Amino acid sequence: MIDKRCDSLAAALEGLGDGARLMISGFGESGRPDMLIKAVLEAGITGLDLISNNAGEGTTGLAALFLAGRVRRLTCSFPRGAMQDEIEALVRAGKLELDVMPQGTLAERIRAGGAGIAAFYTPTSFGTIVAEGKETRMFDGRGHVLETALTADFALVKAHRADRWGNLTYDKLGRSFAPLMAAAASCTIVEADEIVELGDIAPGDVITPGIFTDRLVQTAPVQWEQAA
Amino acid sequence: MSLTRDQVAARIAADIPEGWHVNLGIGWPELVANHIPDRREVILHSENGILGMGPTPAPGTEDRNMINAGKKPITAVKGASFFDHAQSFAIVRGGHLDLCVLGAYQVAPNGDVANWSRAAGDVLPSIGGAMDLAAGAKRIWVVMTHCDNRGGPKLLERCAFPLTGAGVVSRVYTELAVIDVADGAFTVRELAPGITRDEISARSGAPLAFDPALREMVVA
Repeated sequence: MIDKRCDSLAAALEGLGDGARLMISGFGESGRPDMLIKAVLEAGITGLDLISNNAGEGTTGLAALFLAGRVRRLTCSFPRGAMQDEIEALVRAGKLELDVMPQGTLAERIRAGGAGIAAFYTPTSFGTIVAEGKETRMFDGRGHVLETALTADFALVKAHRADRWGNLTYDKLGRSFAPLMAAAASCTIVEADEIVELGDIAPGDVITPGIFTDRLVQTAPVQWEQAA
Repeated sequence: MSLTRDQVAARIAADIPEGWHVNLGIGWPELVANHIPDRREVILHSENGILGMGPTPAPGTEDRNMINAGKKPITAVKGASFFDHAQSFAIVRGGHLDLCVLGAYQVAPNGDVANWSRAAGDVLPSIGGAMDLAAGAKRIWVVMTHCDNRGGPKLLERCAFPLTGAGVVSRVYTELAVIDVADGAFTVRELAPGITRDEISARSGAPLAFDPALREMVVA
């Protein structure tokens, strides 16, 4: 019987260690796997090579990883936010390396990573400093920039409903990067609001097929005060 | 007399016809949504994954999974759809949006726009979705103050800040004027009440042409 449910957070995170290349789903607070992020924090894992759209806000969620000094590199599109002063201080001190790119380029690089596409040409950023040093090519008289795929060792993904095969649905705008990251990581760890019986999610309603899910846990409320 | 931010937003909304799919950038562009008449069906896109974005929710009904690209609380209108980031940017880059309204630091007569960074050596460069929107939407309109905080012009012969997109802007709305950007030139179509040709030219860093049918901006 296929059953991707894990008995504990420790089991869900097994093998995720220092220096891992890690994708974390979400856009701002939406679709962010807070319980798994907190588990990474509490496990003491550090030196993360993180791929996530934002650097986080306040002192919880993603921000907690940065404030605790656990991230050595961030690949993202928008590192500014409520905690930009702290992020800037880390970058200036040489403790955090940033790789910033257009949001659609970030999304498509991750999509490509999960889809077996090594690279693609995008019109985005042509003629800007983002394209400097990159291969460019004209298609139909328009400039395009070559961008390569992104993959990761692990992805932490927040889903709404899940079954034991790892079929997933998402809550509203909580979907964002999650389906792309689930496909692009070697090991995708999912926390879901609800774990339902096989068949309870109609086949046509599945957003991420279970083939992309490796491990599954049910979301429990997170108390950030204790983590900080 | 210069117009208020809401008056400029209303002026932009008046130019958006029924049936368009539109992305409104963060900040001033977001105000445009408040001025689209209820009976006119204009479908708003937000790049984090929605078509059919609705107004701000009533206090106490916010949802962490219902936010826009500026991470502010939103609602969904009837007929709205959600999708992942790859599909959202397929909508953007694929040329499916009729319009994107962007804020900007600088615009040049060749259609170049700079709106994401004030220096090439920015420690925290933050691009977000702006470059994809600039490259992909069928039309790019800019809404911005006519001059910067120090009174310096933002309509320039060439953008000094790093570009968001090259040759993409077709119209600029400011508190003083509506300006078309085409064929390598700025052409003023409308002026705010009481603003003269000399005044607007003095506050611009590139030559301005004036439409033969130049008229006053209608104030809501």
